[in-house]
Amino acid sequence: MSSAVGAAPPRHAATPSPSDPVHRRRSYRLGRWDIKYSPYLYVAPFFVLFGIFGLFPVLYTVWVSLFEYDLLSDTKEFVGMENYRVVLGDAQFWNAAYNTVGMFVVSTVPQLIVALMIANLLNRQMRARTLLRMGIVIPNITSVAAVGIIFALIFADRYGLVNWVLGTVGIDPIAWRDNRYASWFAIATMVDWRWTGYNALIYLGAMQAIPKDLYESAALDGASTWRQFWKITVPLIRPTILFTIIISTIGGLQLFTEPLMYGYGLIRGGASNEFQTLAMYIYERTFTGNFEYGSGAAMSWLLFLMIIVFALINFALVRRSVKGEKK
Amino acid sequence: MSVIRRRLRTVAVAALAAGVALGSTACSKSNDNEGSTGEGGEVKLVLQTFQNFGYDQALKDFEAANPTIKVEHQKMGELRDFQPKLVQWLAAGSGAGDVVGLEEGVLLQYVQNHDKFANLLELGADELKTTFPEWKWNNALTPDGKKLIGLGTDVGGLAMCYRKDLFGAAGLPTDREEVSKRIGTWQDYIALGKEFKASGKAKAAWLDSGTSLMQPYIMQNSETFFFDKDNKFIGDTNPVIKQTWDMGLQMAADGLTAKAQRWSGDWDAAFKNNAFATLPCPAWMTEGVIKPRSGPANAGKWDIAKIPGGGGNWGGSYLAVPAQTKHPKEAYLLAKYLTSKAGHLAAFKEAGAMPSDIAGIEDPAFKDQKSEYFSGAPTGQIFGESVKNMKPVFLGPKHQQVWETIVEPQMQAAERGQLSSAAAWKKAMDEAKKATS
Repeated sequence: MSSAVGAAPPRHAATPSPSDPVHRRRSYRLGRWDIKYSPYLYVAPFFVLFGIFGLFPVLYTVWVSLFEYDLLSDTKEFVGMENYRVVLGDAQFWNAAYNTVGMFVVSTVPQLIVALMIANLLNRQMRARTLLRMGIVIPNITSVAAVGIIFALIFADRYGLVNWVLGTVGIDPIAWRDNRYASWFAIATMVDWRWTGYNALIYLGAMQAIPKDLYESAALDGASTWRQFWKITVPLIRPTILFTIIISTIGGLQLFTEPLMYGYGLIRGGASNEFQTLAMYIYERTFTGNFEYGSGAAMSWLLFLMIIVFALINFALVRRSVKGEKK
Repeated sequence: MSVIRRRLRTVAVAALAAGVALGSTACSKSNDNEGSTGEGGEVKLVLQTFQNFGYDQALKDFEAANPTIKVEHQKMGELRDFQPKLVQWLAAGSGAGDVVGLEEGVLLQYVQNHDKFANLLELGADELKTTFPEWKWNNALTPDGKKLIGLGTDVGGLAMCYRKDLFGAAGLPTDREEVSKRIGTWQDYIALGKEFKASGKAKAAWLDSGTSLMQPYIMQNSETFFFDKDNKFIGDTNPVIKQTWDMGLQMAADGLTAKAQRWSGDWDAAFKNNAFATLPCPAWMTEGVIKPRSGPANAGKWDIAKIPGGGGNWGGSYLAVPAQTKHPKEAYLLAKYLTSKAGHLAAFKEAGAMPSDIAGIEDPAFKDQKSEYFSGAPTGQIFGESVKNMKPVFLGPKHQQVWETIVEPQMQAAERGQLSSAAAWKKAMDEAKKATS
């Protein structure tokens, strides 16, 4: 009766004999390797893919940009910096750069501000909150080409919706493609329509992490919601704002499909290149007409540098203000 | 330092391992796809065309006659979408179809760089020489006459499409014979347009855009377009070009054009909104462009008269076999069938693409063809007549680029009043010289 308690078999009998030192050392070494090296193996696929599809093309572009390279006839001739010299002296290149930066500013600044406002509104208690929060990213999942086609029709010169609405209130139709700033505005609308919700969702995620008691105590001190927004929300999500600014910089400076579709698929972006972006000009020089691969590569590389410079400037600006806030 | 080195080595090993893994999957995949010869010796061919070549029925017939060959027809959208892709595929050595469509305006660029294409003469195309008009055949031939890169598909015989209902509303004759007589020359045509406008009864412009006159007018009145036969740019000195430029912009200034930018969404809408009454139309434009854009609501309201100034040609394409194909023999068979009489007639029926082979033009199936959509106009007879006496026009390798991306947009900008005619002309010529230097 009571003997059963002490009847457990000796413990060492069940486990395999630890007498094999080789086996023990091997499993120990395997475990150590696992801890030391497998993280590298786990992240390796990204770096391998990045090397193949990211780094290699970037470096190869530099190489190609040193050649007079005709895609159609396959002739290659080393010309050194000649492509860069030609590109930097090309008025159309600077026109495209001006358009690109202009459209970037016109679209990104309001986009991020509106996104911030929307996120702030969605951060409150309300009915059907999840539905509304998911709803704001819907524009982002539509195809760019479809958006481009629809907006090209909305902003069409003769039979467009916007000009029709303007006409009904007695305003003369606007030549949406012949006026540089009108075309920037139209394209910015398109970009904002797609990306505002996306940025709002990112801001919302950051706002959720702010402790509620901060707002409660601020409210007790009599701070208005507007004041709470500027003094609590915005400073606390600055790193997120930095992130969205850099992502928007990269996307905005590479703008291609929207202006292309807006111009009915014509790569020159308006009769006098009113809304031709750098990406479009690169495509024009590289893949239509003359197939100048080398100068296309030179321009791509310049665009790459431009994006880095812009991203660094933004980074420095926002980081400085974050530091200032901590003191 | 040794720690860093060891770490680096580890990273390298890991990267290598992942690379090998990736590489091996990639290899096995390409092995599966290599040679699209499936069971029973079946060969799969890829045919790439732009716009609408009208090959749906012809391909069915071809497959029925050649049960061992399957054809995948990739319709690549407009020429300007397809052209850059094709060049990339040719340069990369893979991706291009076994048979590809080349437009007349870009053909010479490929003839200059012909090593990307199979020599159709070596595949047996010699037998077909007499079936095509001489100029159509010679266009795809290298200057030394030893290599042929394409077989002619369609030609663009010219006519004037017009809106019978709008003519009637403005009190103009609606009968196509009568209209043809009234617009014997381009001056007559403009005069009739002024009459149309003066009637004040039709709420439409006379012509879609001033640029529409350029192609037919130049094709009728010059042996060269933007380039002379040594491929030198002569757009600024070829008097015919400035003549039609001025003529078109004068029409715009007189309020005769709808100022609709061709190939834009606005242009498409202008068809549906009955915004203009006439449009010079090559054969491929009738069923392939006007009918789908005007839509069923306007069926029977269009009709076709003779083009002012006699005959002429606008556009037309070729089928070529890229050198990268794995099945040159079968590809040649396909190209040969599609450019034979049967293929031509089927394409004409489907897309209004007019045959370029002599037997096709003479065949009753073409000659007696009438178009239901265009009020039963005898399209075969009208278009057939327009190319009978035509002289070939030399286009040059960069014709399409100069026309579509430089001259036409500048002329449209002038038409809309964005630039003065003189400023637009100077800009167009400067840009064209820059692009062709």
